[in-house]
Formats: sequence, C-alpha cells, structure tokens
Amino acid sequence: MNSVHDMGGMHNMGRLEREANEPVFHHPWEGRVYAMTRATRTRDGAWCLDAHRHAIELLPPADYLRMSYYEKWFAVLTNLLLAAGTTPEEIESGRRAPGTAPAVPRLTAQSAPDVVDLRPTARRDEPATAHFKAGQRVRARNIHPTGHTRLPRYVRGKTGAVVRDRGVFVFPDAHAHDRGDKAQHLYSVRFTARELWGETASPRDSVYLDMWDDYLEHA
Amino acid sequence: MANDDDDSVGRRGFIKGAAMSAASFVGDPHGASPGGHTHDRDHDHDHGHGHGHDHQDHDHQTVPADIALRVKAIESLLVDKGLVDRAALDAIVDAFETKIGPRNGARVVARAWTDPAFKKRLLADAGAAVAELGLTRHQDEDLVVVENTADVHNLVVCTLCSCYPWPMLGLPPVWYKSAPYRSRAVIDPRGVLKEFGVDVDQKVEVRVWDSTAEIRYLVLPQRPPGTEHLTEEQLAALVTRDSMIGTAKVAAAEGAAR
Repeated sequence: MNSVHDMGGMHNMGRLEREANEPVFHHPWEGRVYAMTRATRTRDGAWCLDAHRHAIELLPPADYLRMSYYEKWFAVLTNLLLAAGTTPEEIESGRRAPGTAPAVPRLTAQSAPDVVDLRPTARRDEPATAHFKAGQRVRARNIHPTGHTRLPRYVRGKTGAVVRDRGVFVFPDAHAHDRGDKAQHLYSVRFTARELWGETASPRDSVYLDMWDDYLEHA
Repeated sequence: MANDDDDSVGRRGFIKGAAMSAASFVGDPHGASPGGHTHDRDHDHDHGHGHGHDHQDHDHQTVPADIALRVKAIESLLVDKGLVDRAALDAIVDAFETKIGPRNGARVVARAWTDPAFKKRLLADAGAAVAELGLTRHQDEDLVVVENTADVHNLVVCTLCSCYPWPMLGLPPVWYKSAPYRSRAVIDPRGVLKEFGVDVDQKVEVRVWDSTAEIRYLVLPQRPPGTEHLTEEQLAALVTRDSMIGTAKVAAAEGAAR
C-alpha cells in the first residue's frame, strides 16, 4: 500500500533528534501498550505481526505522522479489538459486556517469558522453488499492492543483484490478510546507491533489502 | 482456516473502517472522550500548566492528555476478557526495562573481538553463535551480523516500520523509529552519519541494510585501537548501542554513554 509509512527516500520529514539517556518507555502507559500488544500477538489471524503492521499502515496518514510511536500502537490495539467484535461500550467501560464469557487460555506471568523470548518465527521448513540464486541480476517488480507489502516504493523497477538466498519465509503480503503463509524464498538483494538515487549518489554505496520471490523478476 | 479473497477484502474493509473511526476516537484531542468529559478541557488544562513546569514528555508529537486513562481502561477490559494477566504484562515490561538491552549485543561484540573463531561463526551463523553465549533461550536463526572494516561501514534501518534486533539491543530509541531517520538513511546515509558525528571517508563503502523482512541486522563495529590490554568485559563496556546500529564508532575511552 502506497502510504506515508513507506518513507524511504522522502524529504522534509524534519530534524533528526536524539535524546541522551533515553528511557525504554517514556511513560508507564507506553510499557502497558507494548506489553498488551506482545501478549495478544500470541494469537493468530488478525493478531499476527503482519496484520499488526498493516493495521498501523492503515491509520490515516495525518494521524500516522502526528502520533507518537506507542500512540499508534494504542490506536491499533483499539482498532483490532473493535474489528474482533469488542464493542465501543466495552472499550469505554473497561468491562466485558454482560453475559459474555472470558477467553481461554489466559496468558500468565509464568508464560510471559516465553512471549518475550519466543518470537514466532516467520521461517518455514517446507520446500519451495527458488526462482533466483546468488549472483543473478534481478529487478524489483513495478507493482503497487493495495494491501500490506514489504516492497518499498523506492526500489520498485530498480535492478540489483542477489547476494544470498536466506531460505523460505512466510510471505507477509498474504499473511497479513489471513490468506495463509504462501511461504517462498527470501533473498538479500543489493542495489547500488546510483541505481536507486541517480548519478549524484556515491559510486561506492549500496542498499541491501530482503526480498521475496514474488517481488522479483529476472533482469 | 482459508479465507477467499472476497472475505479477506471484506475484513480489510472492516478493519480499515474501524481504523478510521478509532483513529479519531483515539487520536483526536477535540473528539468525544470515553470518560464523558471533553478533551478540550484536558487539552487546555495541559497547556495552561505546561509552560510553568518542566515537561518530562519527550514525544515530539502531541499526545492526548488522558491517554494513560484510556490505556488503563483497555488493560482492565483485556484482563476482564481473560486475554491478558496483569502480572504477565508486568513481566514483559520488566524484561524490556531491566533485562533485554544493548548489554546483550555488547557481549557478542566483545567476544567477537577477542575470539577469532567465535567471530567467524558469528558472521557465518549469528543465531547459533549468540546462543553459545546463552543470550537467547532458542536459536535466533534470523539474526545476521554485518562487520564494519577499514573498507566497509554498515548502517541498519527499517524504512517501513521499526524492525530492530531487540534480543540484542532491547527496544529501539525514538530516533530509530522516527520519520527523519527512516526517510533519510537510505537516500543520504553519509549525511545521517555526519549528524551522528561519524565521518565516513569517501573511499569507504557504505552499506545500508533496510530491514524489510524478518531478518534482523546487528553491526559488528571495529575494535578501537589502543584496547589490546583490555579484558572482554572491559571491551563490552565500550560498546554502545549506536555502534551496533552503525550510527557510531566505538571509542577507546568512555563507553558509558549509550
């Protein structure tokens, strides 16, 4: 989806500001939002990581740029709850609707360390045909998916070289929309800075992106 | 459960609709508030006193004043629904505030500096190598370590969101997730590095790693000269978070600053 989250190469995004001795969370509520998101991400479908990323991308662009990072996460947590059938009344009151049953299983403090340590891997053992191999010239397809995609605009239509086949991974363009894993090979692809940004770029520099089979064509 | 495209599009539309309505619900400081009072009053209140005392709010965007209350309500709801447990949330917050941080990555770097065989394994299969140090309970097979040398300088970014090697570095700083860094790192890496105080010679190749998939990148910075006498532990103390993102070099002295 061509929206403001895909900001590689954009200008005028403001000053780069760094904070000395930055805390992990600036406010306690940020930590709670982070933890709630991680806790609910153990669940599948609309609660998976790819769907979460897409839900953030779906925030209206003006909100996306204005909101702080965890404010966006909070908005998305709310949105996903609403999409999953939670009522606005429940969200306002902080109580589940009368007559509804609590979910099982409940995440417990004992299982919490697993939530932190065991990021569900996107790697798949199943065999898949590798359409490209290291050393080959490839072009990033000039496609504009309207849903979730991890193919940034700045690289579309550009030619690079496959550096390494990283193995078989879940395809986020499908997974974010509950259309299964569509697992396929993922490649590290090198694009020269001049290919991406023109003749004023350094002749030595390059950008490496991880790209799935479906993003590439032979060049 | 297989969904056909129509279902999927329908769900997407629903989520999108919810996103629009909830974004105004959550984000609009002038919208109706769930608590029954208006944001306008909170907002004015916040501004009326904001100039009189030192703000601890480091977000550059405007955050609605009562967001803490609304987060509390959601937490109560999730607990009531049995989706989360307060003690579990406490444990997750505590893990990221006190246990998972740049010290992990620094240990890996210091080991690589002092043990050439480990460094070789680290660059070939980072997941297996960091597991040797007991840093993860499982093999984080999707970690890739890229080495800075006299000829190559590596810089890590996620232009699309905020992907970051958190098992090694903890959660990313605000600047890493910010629009200025994400937009500029790929088109002007040398300019960004200069702002971070890192001058990269024109003869040195800059490699930018845009984390578009579930591969996570950690930079192995160059060992500073004059540190031959230091122990592995002392070396680890020199390694900063930014040096493992690629926005800093490791200095021989004063490694305390993160």
